[in-house]
Amino acid sequence: MAPRHLEKVYAVEHALLEDYTPDAYTIALRQLLELAKPSIVLFPHTYQVLDFLPKLAASLGKVAVSGAISHRVDHGQLVLARQLFQGKVNADARFAGDAPHFASLQAGAYRADQLGPEGTPPGPEGTPESAPHPAAAVEKFAPRISPGDIRTRPLELFRESRQSLDLGAAEIIVSVGRGIKEAANIPLIEKLAEALGAELGASRPICDAGWLPMERQVGSSGQTVAPKMYMAIGISGAIQHLVGMKASRTVVAINKDPDAPIFEVADYGIVGDLFEVVPALVEALQRSK
Amino acid sequence: MKIVVAIKQVPARDSLWRIASSGKWIEEADLSYEINEADAYALEAGLQLKEAHGGEVVALCAGPARVTQTIREALAKGADRAIHVEEDDPGALDPLATARLLAAALHSEAPDLVLTGLQSDDLGYGQTGAILAELLGLPHATIVMQVEKQDGGIRVKRELEDGWFQHVEMPLPALIAIQSGIGKLRYATLMGIKKAKTKQVRRVMAADLGVAGPEGAPAASVTIERLYLPERTKRAQLFEGNPREAAAQLVEKLRFEARVI
Ligand SMILES: Cc1cc2nc3c(=O)[nH]c(=O)nc-3n(C[C@H](O)[C@H](O)[C@H](O)COP(=O)(O)OP(=O)(O)OC[C@H]3O[C@@H](n4cnc5c(N)ncnc54)[C@H](O)[C@@H]3O)c2cc1C
Repeated sequence: MAPRHLEKVYAVEHALLEDYTPDAYTIALRQLLELAKPSIVLFPHTYQVLDFLPKLAASLGKVAVSGAISHRVDHGQLVLARQLFQGKVNADARFAGDAPHFASLQAGAYRADQLGPEGTPPGPEGTPESAPHPAAAVEKFAPRISPGDIRTRPLELFRESRQSLDLGAAEIIVSVGRGIKEAANIPLIEKLAEALGAELGASRPICDAGWLPMERQVGSSGQTVAPKMYMAIGISGAIQHLVGMKASRTVVAINKDPDAPIFEVADYGIVGDLFEVVPALVEALQRSK
Repeated sequence: MKIVVAIKQVPARDSLWRIASSGKWIEEADLSYEINEADAYALEAGLQLKEAHGGEVVALCAGPARVTQTIREALAKGADRAIHVEEDDPGALDPLATARLLAAALHSEAPDLVLTGLQSDDLGYGQTGAILAELLGLPHATIVMQVEKQDGGIRVKRELEDGWFQHVEMPLPALIAIQSGIGKLRYATLMGIKKAKTKQVRRVMAADLGVAGPEGAPAASVTIERLYLPERTKRAQLFEGNPREAAAQLVEKLRFEARVI
């Protein structure tokens, strides 16, 4: 691991950590925390962390601030912001009681390339403020874990063999979300996709309900796409959806809620009822052919 | 198999809401409520397991009097009975406090399997299931898309990032946090709705469980300071008003400015 701006790196090594299990990871990290006595423990907000961090924190009587998106320091205390109500509201959270405190940081909330150059601590606006750090020392830590501690048995990773569609190859994607209301309305979006020569994508609830096959799901659990144009129709723009499409060159959003988070990543948008806007769009496309 | 399904009632997606004057929660008076989406799938998973292997499904729900509606719906869909942990201010609870209530309420139950939703649509911590497993001393898995009973335990399918999956085996009793989409959600039948009225709901007061309430409560490790509307950094060109005109403007931009069509 690149020892960027770090004082010290612990390499936690044990044969029983090779395959991830929440039991082994919790045991190992608890032992490391006893040794290192940190005040704050930060994790990336990944599916794996989501699986063991709540258990680790709870075993110490703590709650982790999961999915933090930014921070500030107020009177020497850390204040973390996180999203509530699927991104409609933010909340500021503050740690109380004794260390250690736990948090997981949402994907994309912090960017490694915004740090100063290798070996320098970040100063204001990322400017180096002092001499480069020497490379951090790597200390090996061997936790005590026995096979009997591990109650779950993880098997091989696999992909669904059915997945044949590669949305990543599409130049234009028209994606539909829960705003479409029912399966019977999907043809409306299909018509638009046809008029644009686009592939059809979807947010998770549409695939969960079986209205479109899973292979069309865009987002952290589905496909990651970056087409020339991504059109999101009746999709609110939850963070798990955004990570799958925000690298698209041009993003268009159609949503009746002007405050929907999708408009933050959109280049163009129509605020309105998709049942009026989409037919009008099909017509406008045909007219301008 | 005795299956407990923890369900939460959350503000309905389409309900009108604003931040309460306290700044710490939302104005409840304006809201309508529904079962949390992932929890609806957890209930579905529980009911399917019961249909395949027999046993009992017990719905477990913490919240104020209004959650009786959600409990009744769970019973109408096929849960055999329910436990209602009465707690008047669910917005004030963090997932550890909630899990402590749920764990205490399960004290006399000894379930084989506890199911929860992966994440709530309101607070969205995504932690209550895994914490509850820790408090109950159970093995667990989260983000689960399938649960199969097998000899000596269960095999679950965990969802990982980017379309990857993993099977995990574990003995019972265990706790599984269910991800949305695990099966097709059923509707309550008329018969189910009728039957629900005769099913048992055990009510326990949160204060009587010895884990909540001003005195007995362990100190919170995280406090919510305030709720606020996120600052929207909008860079989108928005077209509003008449759909026909807006559509024509958009097509024009896409053709001549973005040059994507
Ligand atoms: C671990 C995990 C993984 C996940 N993975 C994914 C993933 O891979 N992909 C994914 O998409 N989600 C994923 N999700 C779910 C995600 O959090 C959101 O719940 C989901 O993206 C919401 O889908 P949506 O925007 O279609 O629905 P909603 O959030 O319900 O939004 C519907 C939108 O439609 C608008 N609308 C309603 N009616 C109309 C109308 N008539 N005209 C115009 N607009 C209208 C509303 O204003 C709203 O903005 C995941 C969640 C978790 C916890």
